[in-house]
Amino acid sequence: MAEWKAAKPKNAALAWFEERLPIISLVNNVVGAETPTPRNLNYWWNFGSLAGLMLVVQIISGIVLAMHYTPDTSLAFDSVERIMRDVNYGWLIRYMHANGASFFFIAVYIHMLRGLYYGSYKAPREVLWMLGLVIFHLMMATAFMGYVLPWGQMSFWGATVITNLFSAIPVVGDSIVTLLWGGFSVDNPTLKRFFSLHFLLPFVILGVVILHIWAKKVSDSGNPLGIDVKSNADQIPFHPYYTIKDAFGAGVFFLVFAYFLFYMPNALGHADNYIPAEPLVTPASIVPEWYFLPFYAILRSITFDIGIPFTDIVFIPAKLLGVIAMFASILLLFFLPWLDTSKVRSAQFRPTYRYFFWFLVADMVLLTIVGGKPAEGIWPVLGLIGTAYYFLHFLVILPVLGKVEKTLPLPESISQAVIAKAAK
Amino acid sequence: MKFVKNIAITLAAVAGLSGAVSAATGADKSPLQMQWSFDGNFGTYDIASAQRGWQVYKQVCAACHSLKYFRFRNLDDLGYNEDMIKAFAAEYEVAGEPDDAGDETMRAALPQDAFPAPFANDNAARASNGGALPPDLSLMVKARHDGANYLYSLLVGYEDAPADREISAGKHYNPYFIGGQISMAPPLGEGIVDYEDGTAATPEQMAKDVVTFLTYVAEPKLVDRHHMGMNVMAFLALLTIIFYLSMKKLWKNVKTGRNVYED
Repeated sequence: MAEWKAAKPKNAALAWFEERLPIISLVNNVVGAETPTPRNLNYWWNFGSLAGLMLVVQIISGIVLAMHYTPDTSLAFDSVERIMRDVNYGWLIRYMHANGASFFFIAVYIHMLRGLYYGSYKAPREVLWMLGLVIFHLMMATAFMGYVLPWGQMSFWGATVITNLFSAIPVVGDSIVTLLWGGFSVDNPTLKRFFSLHFLLPFVILGVVILHIWAKKVSDSGNPLGIDVKSNADQIPFHPYYTIKDAFGAGVFFLVFAYFLFYMPNALGHADNYIPAEPLVTPASIVPEWYFLPFYAILRSITFDIGIPFTDIVFIPAKLLGVIAMFASILLLFFLPWLDTSKVRSAQFRPTYRYFFWFLVADMVLLTIVGGKPAEGIWPVLGLIGTAYYFLHFLVILPVLGKVEKTLPLPESISQAVIAKAAK
Repeated sequence: MKFVKNIAITLAAVAGLSGAVSAATGADKSPLQMQWSFDGNFGTYDIASAQRGWQVYKQVCAACHSLKYFRFRNLDDLGYNEDMIKAFAAEYEVAGEPDDAGDETMRAALPQDAFPAPFANDNAARASNGGALPPDLSLMVKARHDGANYLYSLLVGYEDAPADREISAGKHYNPYFIGGQISMAPPLGEGIVDYEDGTAATPEQMAKDVVTFLTYVAEPKLVDRHHMGMNVMAFLALLTIIFYLSMKKLWKNVKTGRNVYED
């Protein structure tokens, strides 16, 4: 960890305050002028701050929505329509919040893939990575519960399908589902508790984000070369260099976000959610939001029981196995720092890993497509192949590859690489 | 321009994902692709068409379909003035406050009232429509994939069923409807509406007008949204350019290899 530099404000009042609560020093030392940062971070490093910005957008727009929304099955849908029609700029706030969720996930997924490519999860950043995964889990729970709130058809049936998953858990499954529902089906108590938790969890996320940034401060930022900082020449202050770069990235990202918000606000949603929830009518297809599709595909890909062949003895029924596979696909990532045995962090110097990384990305895209299709024809087979490859990547390829791969020579230092690049 | 490539990759990913979201419709034919006044980034509502559509809704659709999120005052957006809106509302009766004896009363509708539903409740609606429930139309354009084109196609798309197709009693063949069998009889006959502005009331014209009206009802803030979008995008573009130029200036020395910290 870089040494801590105390700020000495010239203004007497500020100096008085700073002595009692060093908040300026805190900012300065974490994302400020006193934060030495590798000088070679590329644009993929922008997505962390973008995710943070999206969290702020979601919290602010969400608080305003909560002022107008009514969590009651008989009023929820109407209250959302009232926001869209009669609340001043309600349409803007609601479309911002709905599309903001998608763009929060876009930022976080790119942030995570950047971590996978450049080996950001390796020592000494394991805890930093795991805190990020905690944030990702909380985000998924929050997004899922948020999608239930408008109480449209997809809200209701999505909630029914996903909460029912927990019933696959042996012994305690049914009790868990009853607890989630607050009754014996998805109904008013479910909506009310989801609203309450949907309001709470973003602040929990905010807390873990602070831990995530703290862990970043302790282990310092990684960088595209994946080598450690060796001297001052390898670093530049976070401010103004990365603040301006993040600002530029935010400008570009928000342009894309604004385009969706103003010109195709419903493109990422599902038309069925403009139909009020109707417990007696099942929609033709129940599809989760796009950011859940890969995991939904993994869940649905398992259609076989595990037991003793040619007998009726079943150890793990298909439904439970699917649920296990889905949760495992996410929980697996907590063990990534130890599953990847390579000493070299960055894929830039791992020519074989680089291919496997892009295979994994392609596999995730495949699973996303499969997750959005009905489970018929070729799709279940593709889903099973995609699922198998996903686990193969993390459980077999990564541990073996680290041992056998011939990596490229690492540069002496970050500054040397930067100067060599500038000379070209 | 490496970052341009990165942005392109991001955009392609987003486009791919939004494509993956759209699900199959399960109808015999995909909707006809029409041109709409509200299409595109500069799209706005064709007021004359929306006014005619309001007439079609009032005189045809409203016999069976409610429009619960539409209030008479919304007609202001379609170019009607206050007196006309009051007059439109006054043609309808809604439930009033109980009188001094506690009995239910009816009163003339006011601009702030929602358009009255044709049936007292769903059961009454079903009873009058051979068991089928005519859905509320307020959000219909947004509640179907490619809603405006779908609705237009459905309204003009009635045809004779293929020979091998069995149609149940009281149902009608419509290749754009999921499953092909719809309870609604073809609603738009030639000249069923006598347009106030003298436009010839062909089924295609009426379908186009009522879809424009219903798109307005589903998305009343579309014009505001498109307008604000231009301002926001222009502001963000300018801001981004300023950030970019500032970044280039600030980073110039670092890029050429100068050290910021003294060793």
